[in-house]
Amino acid sequence: MPDFAAGARVRVRNDWPETRGPVHIRTPHYLRGLQGTVVRQLGVYPNPEDLAFTRPAASHALYHVAFDQPAVWQEGHAGDELLVEIYQHWLEPA
Amino acid sequence: MNILEADSEKLLTAVRDLLAAKGLVSSAEISERIAITDAANPGQGARMVAKAWTDSAYRALMLADGAKAAEELGIPMRGAPPLGVLENTAEVHNLVVCTLCSCYPRAVLGYPPFWFKSAAYRARGVRDPRGLLTEWGTVLPAGVKIRVVDSTADYRWMVLPARPAGTEGWSEAQLAAIVREGDMIGVTIPVVPAH
Repeated sequence: MPDFAAGARVRVRNDWPETRGPVHIRTPHYLRGLQGTVVRQLGVYPNPEDLAFTRPAASHALYHVAFDQPAVWQEGHAGDELLVEIYQHWLEPA
Repeated sequence: MNILEADSEKLLTAVRDLLAAKGLVSSAEISERIAITDAANPGQGARMVAKAWTDSAYRALMLADGAKAAEELGIPMRGAPPLGVLENTAEVHNLVVCTLCSCYPRAVLGYPPFWFKSAAYRARGVRDPRGLLTEWGTVLPAGVKIRVVDSTADYRWMVLPARPAGTEGWSEAQLAAIVREGDMIGVTIPVVPAH
């Protein structure tokens, strides 16, 4: 899994693990499959998807990713943005 | 016994005794943590904001590492998640929301207000932030963009609002007194009370 630099264009994986069983996911539904821009890395943290079930948790990089807010909803004010923490394993190069 | 129906005092005592019996954490440490949690309130964040408004080195520290800046003012941060600080400027206004649950910078702002946890705030914060701010009576100058920060993971976020005009020469204590909870979430901006 590559590290993403500030400015990298990324896509949030269009994956829905909640359809396959009990999960604890920190990636909002409304961003799945959408493209954003990495602002910066926020550190490395044990995967909460495993911690929630007391499984051994590998550490993942956490990124602050910016999204064009009107593009997410097809409405809104040009220039507004969403800034969201997303783990590396949910991101792929766009 | 269903844990969801257990008497909360009894549950606390049982968990506290178990943790002590297993040597994981002492009863005194739990009492200390409860006291710290109960003592946290928006006045702590307001003190940080007021100091940032009057001390540029502190402002730089606060923007680089909110937890360090909080500790510098004696606010206990041990065991708290990392604290990020989002600065409102002439170009951008920050609004904090947690769409997944109710992540909130409790160490510096205390318990979240009831509306912060409501489904309506969480949904509209990300989808219709301008409509939401209008209902709060918050008017942004034309040309200011909104950055909605959805607090989804390991960080907690607070807003450093812009210092309002009309506060020139004020002391830190005077400044801290006008900084409200909502100003540090981004639903409102500080106002100078009319005299």
